[in-house]
Amino acid sequence: MANRIGRVEAREQEAQTRRMNFKEVSLGYTNEEAVLEASRCLQCRKPRCVPACPVNVQIPAFIAATAQGRFAEAAHIIATDSCLPAVCGRVCPQETQCEGACILGLKGQAVNIGKLERFVGDYSREQGEALPVAGAAANERAAAKNRQVAVVGSGPAGLSCAHDLAKGGCAVTIFEALHKAGGVLEYGIPEFRLPKDTVVKKEIENLKKLGVKIETNVIIGRTLTIDALFEEEGFEAVFIASGAGLPKFMNIAGENLNGVVSANEFLTRSNLMRAYDKASDTPIYTGRRVAVVGGGNVAMDAARTALRLGAETSIVYRRTERELPARAEEVKHAKEEGISFYMLTNPVAVLGDARGWVRGLRCVRMELGEVDASGRRSPVAVANSEFEMEAEMVIMALGTSPNPLIASTTEGLVIDRRCCIVTDEEGATSRKGVFAGGDIVSGAATVILAMGAGRRAAAGILRFLEEKAAGIL
Amino acid sequence: MSIEKKREGLCAGAAGGEGSRGLIVEKRELAENIYLMRIYAPRIAKAALPGQFVMVRASEWGERIPLTISDYDAAQGTVTLVTQVVGMSSRLICRKAAGEQLTDIAGPLGRPSEFVHRTPEELAGGRWLFVGGGLGTAPVYPQVKWLHAHGASVDVIIGAKSAPLLIFRKEMEGVCKALHIATDDGSAGQKGFVTDVMRRLVDDEQQDYTMVVAIGPMIMMKFVAQLAQAYHIPSVVSLNMLMVDGTGMCGACRVTVGGKTQFTCVDGPEFDGAAVDFDEAMRRQNMYNELNVEH
Repeated sequence: MANRIGRVEAREQEAQTRRMNFKEVSLGYTNEEAVLEASRCLQCRKPRCVPACPVNVQIPAFIAATAQGRFAEAAHIIATDSCLPAVCGRVCPQETQCEGACILGLKGQAVNIGKLERFVGDYSREQGEALPVAGAAANERAAAKNRQVAVVGSGPAGLSCAHDLAKGGCAVTIFEALHKAGGVLEYGIPEFRLPKDTVVKKEIENLKKLGVKIETNVIIGRTLTIDALFEEEGFEAVFIASGAGLPKFMNIAGENLNGVVSANEFLTRSNLMRAYDKASDTPIYTGRRVAVVGGGNVAMDAARTALRLGAETSIVYRRTERELPARAEEVKHAKEEGISFYMLTNPVAVLGDARGWVRGLRCVRMELGEVDASGRRSPVAVANSEFEMEAEMVIMALGTSPNPLIASTTEGLVIDRRCCIVTDEEGATSRKGVFAGGDIVSGAATVILAMGAGRRAAAGILRFLEEKAAGIL
Repeated sequence: MSIEKKREGLCAGAAGGEGSRGLIVEKRELAENIYLMRIYAPRIAKAALPGQFVMVRASEWGERIPLTISDYDAAQGTVTLVTQVVGMSSRLICRKAAGEQLTDIAGPLGRPSEFVHRTPEELAGGRWLFVGGGLGTAPVYPQVKWLHAHGASVDVIIGAKSAPLLIFRKEMEGVCKALHIATDDGSAGQKGFVTDVMRRLVDDEQQDYTMVVAIGPMIMMKFVAQLAQAYHIPSVVSLNMLMVDGTGMCGACRVTVGGKTQFTCVDGPEFDGAAVDFDEAMRRQNMYNELNVEH
């Protein structure tokens, strides 16, 4: 019988303290808190949360084990479907996925599935809990003749695909363009939301224990082409998960002034290159006041990073708070930390000083008009509403467009109008044996959607390899 | 193991393949504070074409620095980089000795020079003038070498402050039709700027160049491109903008070319010299110097 108590919220670092440091904001559950929260789950016979999860984690089952204090078992249940529980527990938009579907949420508060998943992921890591498939996969890898698969990119899509492929008896090599594995988990999401050494690195190490090889500093499309992976490196199939790509700008005047950067650049300096740490050689600049343009998770991450580097920070967004694409928790945290929100505001020009540095933004006020293709009311400029906002740095967090490197060097790979790679349901592209998934297919999305795409493609690749071995193809 | 032994191993193709990627197999001082390093990186050496660059990190906490490839040898599995000590990161790279390994090297990045796509007839019909200024002389070399190997006619101007700072002189002589030198103090070749030599070649010697390629300090490229435009000769310049990742992800390297924003790493690094906004590029290049960021 489910415990009819209120939702147990995880403890957090005090807003006034955390805005001065890069340590993790949420402190997670203690064992007791986890057991208590887990006891709230109704254990629905037809759970709505599982199909709402892009990788279909067996949520009621892992929560039942957690409620009984069998945390290691809970970890094994999650591991069947997800290789990144400690990551997903921290960065998934649960309110629109598992928790959004939770029946308890209809009349009250949903089970805190995210924090429970995080707890279980952290527990198994801290206890050094070996995942059940490790030994088996290592043996299978030795026998993985004709089952060599290359994965391009070590972000969420690549990692989850590699995970399922390794469990399916493939010898997997992940090629990463940067010097560190993890993709957006390393370069994009800040330390205070997703600790690198204790969480990301450890979950990637788990994957290596399954026999997955990771080669950094290899840029597919440049160092090796997709064709070379087949012809020279001997792979049977390739999964392209090269990620989000090139940052978008607004194409307004003054955008190339000194002090205007993409959120990608700002976050890569701070996260991948650790510029927030004095020991790093990579410089980072903020100025006294920072304006972040955009309303997604990346905008929140950039704003909260700038704040921690000592800047007075504002978010500038052209719709209202209700339309902010960022996770509710990120918006809440950003506000608590003292970030100002300028809603219904759109920059029309970046203003510079005589030395070519940013001094501010010229903005217009917006109002919501007709519903547009995205189903949201589209913002329209209010006449004669221009005003100036002062800032010494402007961060553009407007999304990305696909990196053309692979498409332009791979003959016969079909891309769509937005330059995203075209695939079927299982991730198969127009090229035989070449699969793709994650942001390079969907356009910029979330960690968990990329992981879902990675899983589907892994299933597609396993089927492809079997059909090939059976001589069907 | 001695460097010689390591090199032997490399030449025999038995150096542990990509595991030794980044190994410095040779290091030479070309001029004061200018070093040549031959780096073992077989995949990069095999894929490299003229005009491309690599990203390098010299330490675990080091910056990612773009360096243009100055030569490559697929058979030996090496790429050659020429670095000048200008700041902290280039100093770290230059401090490395032969036998040591760079922390990271990735590439080749950027689009190869446009001429690699030309037909043999087009190459034979063209008359190239390359202008290398200071350190920029090094990346000119693989381009001239490639064109020479493909039967094209190439003249080269090398510019430097003074004779001891001239680099790649001998290498260049072997692959170009005529080599011209300009030094600020007249200690070698013609006294003056590379543009003075260029004027002499076009005005006095009536050389009918069909393309000018300039690589060197931004200000030199600006003036060479302007002069080429005055002579109605198309020009190409290679920009060395600030980069973080070098693969298109950050946009730090954006420049305005023909009124449009381009990313140096994926759209370049070579652009039409007549279309580049050099003043903006120079301002952006110095963004962090100006801040005097302490680290």
